[in-house]
Amino acid sequence: MAARLVRRWGAVRAAAHSGPLVPCRRWSGASTDTVYDVVVSGGGLVGAAMACALGYDVHFHDKKILLLEAGPKKVLEKLSETYSNRVSSISPGSATLLSSFGAWDHICNMRYRAFRRMQVWDACSEALIMFDKDNLDDMGYIVENDVIMHALTKQLEAVSDRVTVLYRSKAIRYTWPCPFPMADSSPWVHITLGDGSTFQTKLLIGADGHNSGVRQAAGIQNVSWNYDQSAVVATLHLSEATENNVAWQRFLPSGPIALLPLSDTLSSLVWSTSHEHAAELVSMDEEQFVDAVNSAFWSDADHTDFIDTAGAMLQYAVGLLKPTKVSARQLPPSVARVDAKSRVLFPLGLGHAAEYVRPRVALIGDAAHRVHPLAGQGVNMGFGDISSLAHHLSTAAFNGKDLGSMSHLTGYETDRQRHNTALLAAIDLLKRLYSTSATPLVLLRTWGLQATNAVSPLKEQIMAFASK
Amino acid sequence: MWGGRKLGSSGGWFLGVLGPGGRSTQAARPLISPAVYAKNQLSWTLQIKPGVFSEYRTMWFKSYRMTFSCLNRIKNFRYPWVKLFSTSQTTVDSGEVKTFVALAHKWWDEQGIYGPLHSMNDLRVPFIRDNLLKTIPNHQPGKPLSGMKILDVGCGGGLLTEPLGRLGASVIGIDPVDENIKTALCHKSFDPVLDKRIEYRVCSLEEIVEETPETFDAVVASEVVEHVTDLETFLQCCCQVLKPGGSLFITTINKTQLSYALGIVFSELIAGIVPKGTHTWEKFVSPETLESILESNGLSVQTVIGMLYNPFSGYWHWSENTSLNYVAHSVKSRVQEYPMSAEFVLKRETEELQATACTNPAGHEELKK
Repeated sequence: MAARLVRRWGAVRAAAHSGPLVPCRRWSGASTDTVYDVVVSGGGLVGAAMACALGYDVHFHDKKILLLEAGPKKVLEKLSETYSNRVSSISPGSATLLSSFGAWDHICNMRYRAFRRMQVWDACSEALIMFDKDNLDDMGYIVENDVIMHALTKQLEAVSDRVTVLYRSKAIRYTWPCPFPMADSSPWVHITLGDGSTFQTKLLIGADGHNSGVRQAAGIQNVSWNYDQSAVVATLHLSEATENNVAWQRFLPSGPIALLPLSDTLSSLVWSTSHEHAAELVSMDEEQFVDAVNSAFWSDADHTDFIDTAGAMLQYAVGLLKPTKVSARQLPPSVARVDAKSRVLFPLGLGHAAEYVRPRVALIGDAAHRVHPLAGQGVNMGFGDISSLAHHLSTAAFNGKDLGSMSHLTGYETDRQRHNTALLAAIDLLKRLYSTSATPLVLLRTWGLQATNAVSPLKEQIMAFASK
Repeated sequence: MWGGRKLGSSGGWFLGVLGPGGRSTQAARPLISPAVYAKNQLSWTLQIKPGVFSEYRTMWFKSYRMTFSCLNRIKNFRYPWVKLFSTSQTTVDSGEVKTFVALAHKWWDEQGIYGPLHSMNDLRVPFIRDNLLKTIPNHQPGKPLSGMKILDVGCGGGLLTEPLGRLGASVIGIDPVDENIKTALCHKSFDPVLDKRIEYRVCSLEEIVEETPETFDAVVASEVVEHVTDLETFLQCCCQVLKPGGSLFITTINKTQLSYALGIVFSELIAGIVPKGTHTWEKFVSPETLESILESNGLSVQTVIGMLYNPFSGYWHWSENTSLNYVAHSVKSRVQEYPMSAEFVLKRETEELQATACTNPAGHEELKK
């Protein structure tokens, strides 16, 4: 109740001053603009998937949806031999969403890699945690971003009567409706594109990435900071072909390094490290790079005797209590080569919008939350946002409600903020915890990791939460 | 009240009701400061903070300051509104219209004074939709009610009319208050799809009856019958405009001690949520009374369910308990009633008698059949 009142105050107060940008303006002209029911701003993975989800929704059959994408249309005529270096780990929940509008079938026909196990271990100790499902079901899928994008584009083309996609269109101005219904001003959101064309919409969904224009124009506060880290991605060739269905991640003091399977001989690298080291890695020659990767996974240089002893003690105790479970540390496959020109780096940061919704506006994906890639959750959180928002909008449409009404948008926000805030906080905590080699913290995390590894129900809970 | 021009007991509107017996004439009561509400006003069970908060908010925000000062002018404005019905002409002068425009905006402010009516849509729209879908064999996805003609009696600002229009139905919304229709027209004008599907008229139900007998698949009278003077006539008119087999949906307030205590005494007098005089307890209709009138007019009652409002969450819930708000769904019977059936029975009997008058064996077989 109090929260609801605070929300009302916040909404009215915020709307009353409408942020630093465009104040509430009466839009009396341009009544010949097309009025769309939903406009999705941003045609990346999350934006395109949102447009698909709505386009294929049964209750949206007579609604008009528009997707605005600033870049050109990416046509993938033939799957290239070389794998792309930008890949995403798709959780089973996200795969379910993608299959609900038929995109997963396209992905299966192209290429993807399922992984059944995940090993996460520390560089400073022997502690490790091994995730796998009891019946060795697929824990997740590694898919190239281009493949997902192509699948989504194909599905969007199939519903082009309901979903219009405009490429090379960037919205330069958003005009919000007056917070209080006024007689002669339009209640819709007005969008002006770079080429001067204007649209009106009943609901604007911002899926335009962590520097979201929609979020800035709406004046929504964003809690954000930059990690002093950049991520280096590359496509690696393994020394020998293996079954390659395990995802590996090691926490080095400089940052986590992860190896994700792409095929029997290829894996994708995601190495988060300091800006200087990342720049070094990208510019060094290939042999040195391969050596750096191998030693990052294999070297025990950061081990200390104290920690090793302490870890061994707990391991012994755990062994007494649970004699059946023995998880010995396995070593990831060694790397032989790196694909030329596949080394790229990008900076990392955290971001979380204070509000996901405003009247007639909703944020999804990176516009609402930006996360460290160490848990492979970034795009999955975005897909989770899509599931929730599409569900709320579908029910609203079937009830004949105004799509931009706060009553169901706040339902989406509550739903997702609860989940995302917890996950964001956990990932940030993990990142900070594993960024040091200070002995007390190392001891704490060693024991913590070993204890978590021993408690199977806890591991199952973690997996369930992360795979929603 | 929508039964036409009978406004005999409309004095009830202007009462500070302290007891059910306290009924005076249409004397002006300047001490009362009600805002103008059309018959779509419902009585809340318990709505303290949001209502009070919204009043405090009026003092803070400039856009409401105008409305707040208008509230004082509104009490005088009620009276020409009364005349509106007795003569059924729009006798409102243009100066007053401006003040009404400011207030008419309250219809569509979901956080405002009509908030509970907006959230009541979460119950009444699915109820209407699902009951109507039972009568449609194959409905189009996205426009489930397309092809249906619905009449929304006492539509106010169009709160219920628009969702029904969005679901594909062709809706006609009628309301005797001109300003409400203006607000409704203005609001739907921005949506090209709704603009074509919905039609609004300033008129009473009687006028519609003359023009459009037996044309509607459904008639919706939500939060209306507790403001009507002659319930019997009103329901008869509803029945006349319905096609045979058509549905009548009524939401209203029960006439119980609880509805008096919470709906009148608490909401109007103590907490001041509902302006004094909005509701008259005598006009509340119990489900039993409603059912008996409906049945006697050829409408068979299918469902009666209670609704409860939770003022803290702002949401309505279905309930077994109909002692406060409830919804009733009734269906107009397809065959004609009594006058015809007697003849029909006679005809059949004479046919049978003639059949037996023929050869006996053949007659026996026919009788057996």
